Amino acid sequence: MIHYTPYIPLFPFIAFVINILFGRYVRKGAALISIAASLAACAVALPAIAYVVHHGAYSVQTEWLLLGKKTLSFGVLLDPLGCVLLFVVTLIGTLIQVYSAGYMHDDAHFSRFFAYVSLFMAAMLTLVIANNYLLFFMAWEVMGLCSYLLIGFWSEKNSAADAGRKAFLTTRVGDIGFFIGIMTLFAGAGTLNFADLGHAAHLMENTPLLTAAALLIFCGTVGKSAQFPLHVWLPDAMEGPTPVSALIHAATMVAAGVFLIARSFPLFEAAPDAMQTVAVIGTMTAFMAAFIALSATDIKKVLAYSTISQLGYMVAALGLGGFAAGTFHLMTHAFFKALLFLGAGSVIHGCHTQDLREMGGLFGKMKHTAATFVLASLAIAGVPPLSGFWSKDEILAAAYTAHNPVIYWTLALTALMTSFYMFRLVFMAFFGKPRNPKIHAHESPAVMTVPLWLLAIGAVLAGIPGSPFMHHWFQNFLAGGVHAGGHAAGHGSEHVIIPFVVATSLAAAFGGIISAWFLYLKNPGLPAIISRVFRPLYTASLNKLWFDEIYTILFIRPFGAMSRALYRIDEQVIDYLVNKTGLATARTSRIKGWIDKHIVDGLVNLTGWTVQLASALVRLLQTGYLQHYVLIAFLGTIVLFFIELRK
Amino acid sequence: MQTHLLSWITFTPLAGALLVLLLPKNNSRLIKSVATAATLLTGALTVKALTLFNAAEPGFQMIEKAVWIPQFNVHYYLGTDGISFPMVFLTALISILACIGSFGIKTREKEYYFLYLLLETGMMGTFLALDLFLFYIFWEVVLVPMYFLIGIWGGPRREYAAIKFFLYTLTGSMFMLLGILALYFKSEPHTFDWVRLANAGFDPGFQKIVFLALFLGFAVKVPCFPFHTWLPDAHVEAPTPISVILAGVLLKMGTYGFMRFSYPFLPDAAEWFRPALAILAVIGIVYGGFVAFAQSDFKKMVAYSSVSHMGFVLLGLAAFTSDGFNGALLQMFNHGTITAGLFLLVGVLYDRAHTRDMGAFGGLSAVTPVYAGILIFFSLASLGLPGMSGFISEFMTLLGSYTYSKLFTGLACIGIILAAAYLLTMIRKVLLGPVNDKWKGLTDINLRELITLVPLMAFILWIGVYPKVILSYMASSVQVLLASVGGVS
Amino acid sequence: MIIPLEHYLIFGAVLFTIGIYGILVRRNIIGILISIEMILNAVNVNLVAFSRSTSASPETGQIFAIFVIALAAAAAVVGLALVLALFRVRKTVLTDEITLLKW
Repeated sequence: MIHYTPYIPLFPFIAFVINILFGRYVRKGAALISIAASLAACAVALPAIAYVVHHGAYSVQTEWLLLGKKTLSFGVLLDPLGCVLLFVVTLIGTLIQVYSAGYMHDDAHFSRFFAYVSLFMAAMLTLVIANNYLLFFMAWEVMGLCSYLLIGFWSEKNSAADAGRKAFLTTRVGDIGFFIGIMTLFAGAGTLNFADLGHAAHLMENTPLLTAAALLIFCGTVGKSAQFPLHVWLPDAMEGPTPVSALIHAATMVAAGVFLIARSFPLFEAAPDAMQTVAVIGTMTAFMAAFIALSATDIKKVLAYSTISQLGYMVAALGLGGFAAGTFHLMTHAFFKALLFLGAGSVIHGCHTQDLREMGGLFGKMKHTAATFVLASLAIAGVPPLSGFWSKDEILAAAYTAHNPVIYWTLALTALMTSFYMFRLVFMAFFGKPRNPKIHAHESPAVMTVPLWLLAIGAVLAGIPGSPFMHHWFQNFLAGGVHAGGHAAGHGSEHVIIPFVVATSLAAAFGGIISAWFLYLKNPGLPAIISRVFRPLYTASLNKLWFDEIYTILFIRPFGAMSRALYRIDEQVIDYLVNKTGLATARTSRIKGWIDKHIVDGLVNLTGWTVQLASALVRLLQTGYLQHYVLIAFLGTIVLFFIELRK
Repeated sequence: MQTHLLSWITFTPLAGALLVLLLPKNNSRLIKSVATAATLLTGALTVKALTLFNAAEPGFQMIEKAVWIPQFNVHYYLGTDGISFPMVFLTALISILACIGSFGIKTREKEYYFLYLLLETGMMGTFLALDLFLFYIFWEVVLVPMYFLIGIWGGPRREYAAIKFFLYTLTGSMFMLLGILALYFKSEPHTFDWVRLANAGFDPGFQKIVFLALFLGFAVKVPCFPFHTWLPDAHVEAPTPISVILAGVLLKMGTYGFMRFSYPFLPDAAEWFRPALAILAVIGIVYGGFVAFAQSDFKKMVAYSSVSHMGFVLLGLAAFTSDGFNGALLQMFNHGTITAGLFLLVGVLYDRAHTRDMGAFGGLSAVTPVYAGILIFFSLASLGLPGMSGFISEFMTLLGSYTYSKLFTGLACIGIILAAAYLLTMIRKVLLGPVNDKWKGLTDINLRELITLVPLMAFILWIGVYPKVILSYMASSVQVLLASVGGVS
Repeated sequence: MIIPLEHYLIFGAVLFTIGIYGILVRRNIIGILISIEMILNAVNVNLVAFSRSTSASPETGQIFAIFVIALAAAAAVVGLALVLALFRVRKTVLTDEITLLKW
């Protein structure tokens, strides 16, 4: 079964081809086709994962491109790290597609939606099993395309169309960095294979190129995983249908950036400066996004910033050397964040609004949704024994063992804020009294709630394999992969529960929940007062730290101005010169024409005139009278006669 | 036929052109069929040549050589190798598609198809000639029908555009002619023969002058910044199929000239001019991208995007690495297919809406979904989405240039972002957003238009997913070229 | 009595001069033709006179004279025919009225 691994992405791809070409014939069957393809992918993937668990990494490759004397091979690498992602993507992807069948049921472009989702699945699965950077990058970009298409899925809405473009362009800025990073790596080490990375890092050890390559590759993460300063696209991406937000912008695609760092881990490990940068950026992002999430009122925006924040967590973990911790959080986060988004989708489906201020008291009306949502919130807040607790604890432990108090406390504070804003959301939406009487919420159909419960099981249990209950099986499994020679196995600290860290983590989780309860259920008037007291902070959070505005001033406007200015230069300078050259030539030729007409041709005419003038004189002789001619002839004869005589 | 295959490829369109002349003026059906048949036959011959082509052979193949003007040592000398054959193939392909795309032309059809086929002969000859004299003749043969095709069947400012195109390229080719003559008189015995000139080994000072002269001729055609301003005008005014030919094939004649003549004849000068070439390339990439972004005219945007994309070819040529050269050659092919598609699509829209102002559209993806899908496909190919051909060639060129200059490569990458910016903005304006009521009645793409686009899409995908095949045709000849200029592999 | 050569010559010269005079002053073409005949006859007189007095073989001059007479007759015929044709078209035989060739 393992040998069919390369064909895993093929199933969703076939579904894509069918749905995009024959969408108008298959209609609602599109969902069935896509789900079937996902299930098929699952059916191949799960045994393959089992194989890797028992026998270790699997790889196969074939020659793809000739670059000079080097050949680039494409192939498949399925190591423990890839297995984690493969597991997450196939499982969550399938569940979300089932959910989508209900959520998108009445959409006019039902089949197109599933076509795009299938293409996304194909790309994501290719990325997961890719064995080298180039194939990885190709899949990475196709995912970006799907993200673009799906964010702008309801393209009649201007905001959706703009958001899609923004997402693509912003991530592309990061992707270009990634692209240059790939070239740097190839130029420096002559290989793009993940399996050779340890060797490559060794080759480039202690050169600035290595740090450069690592940082440039990290640019890709910054764009795709919405890290500071390229995070601005992800909140806007919420314009897409909610299942898309769950699948692409929470569980899988955005996590691919984290996966990229994990894949490149040998490279980063050899470049401490790059690692440091990664950790700092991750921490900053985590804190910043959580801060913005505190004041967001759109249910999806809260989740979007939460996603950014959690991704920052993972990035920070990897930057701190917590390879297993970051990957672990990636997996648990995929479950609970997908669940949160799907829950939010169910709420939106039921209430037809996304504004938290209009919701309230939904628990009674949407029992399944509310229950699962609360479970997921508990998980993300880090309440034991749900999944989020274990992975967040691992990350904090990594920060703790890295002896970096600034990062440690920032992350702890972020954890506090996370649990606060999540329960702020829960209390505002599901508890208290309904704020808007016009909303008649209803529970979603089973096709949507069943996936919610299945994901809830994941959100609750996903942490167990990495917990002491299973003797940190997850961490040990990861350590058995290609990275075994490098890092992860060496640090026993990752597998030890540090009481101080656990205490911090628990304090943060419960502190956030309790304060949210106090502010939003107990004393609903209090938040307004607090926001007035801390007005500068509140406005900063509400305005998302003015990133969009700053970028507009700093980049977008100058960019437009630059392009217009260059166009003006093109038209009014370069083309002007060209036209002037043409005109100057025309003018010179006019002068030459004058010379030609009046001087050159004048000379010719002068010759003619001279002849004419001379002949005018001579023709006076031509009287036409015969006798004159005869007389002249006669006189001439006489003259000749006399001349003859004179001799 | 086997032995004179290249002559057949070159002159079949001409025969078709003469046949068109004999047809009755009013029977447009017959004229179209004959013209299409001629291009198809040329295509079939090219495919035949493809089967005979030996990819492993680095030198020229299917050579035909005959004395033509013995007094001046001029030969009728045709041959092809891994550098010219992709171009010949591209020409044959684009000619067929653009011919089908020409069916919309309703006025003076007989003259149109006559000139069109004449043009094809010129293009084929340019790519196949190995005698500089012959090359120059074909080069100029291209010019004349192009002038009339723009000048008669073009848009409102067609005369200005046609004259600008003609004079600009003619000025360039005058310098080129001087260069050719200099080569002729410098060589001993005087010759126009490619093989002799490539082995002549001119002294470096002379090389620089001649390189500059040839550069002016080729750079105008590429078009290389700052010689590019004829291009937007010519593109905007030319009828759709002629824009397709212009972007798909004609621009490649310039970069082909560098690869075929400038580099092998004048390796020292090429080395010397390398930084200048790279700088112009990078300026072209970034500048073209910016200016394309500022456009509101759909066609003009595509035209400026050509400036940007051809910059990658020049960058690859400046790289002096096998990746760079292979990438440049592949980029020539890919740009030919992708931009041809984009121009065809602009034409499809223009035929229906009679405007090219992108701001006037909106929400077309709901009105014409198939068209929208195809437009998005070509746009993505053009912005270098992996899995499509544009990515492969840009990747290779950049990889090639990376070893030459990290700075230039980095700057060129800005061009990739720019490409995404202007193409996505175009999609945003034309296809997305609320549906403009004015275009509610727009009909979707029809079968004939689809026929012209689908082959291009097939090539884009095929090369994008599995570039090894087409690269294997180029590789050995490119290696020889690389060795001749002393580049690193 | 032998008439001296000079007398013939003087007679010939007179005849010639009258002929020239006639050509130059007559406006009537017929008159001009007659004058031409007189010039020709002046030449004939000279020919015959010289042939008799100085030549070794006197026949030559006489034969020449006969030739000239014959030619003169032919010329007169052609000339008169032209004059007739001209008269038919222009209704005149005066030279200063026939200016077809004048510029």
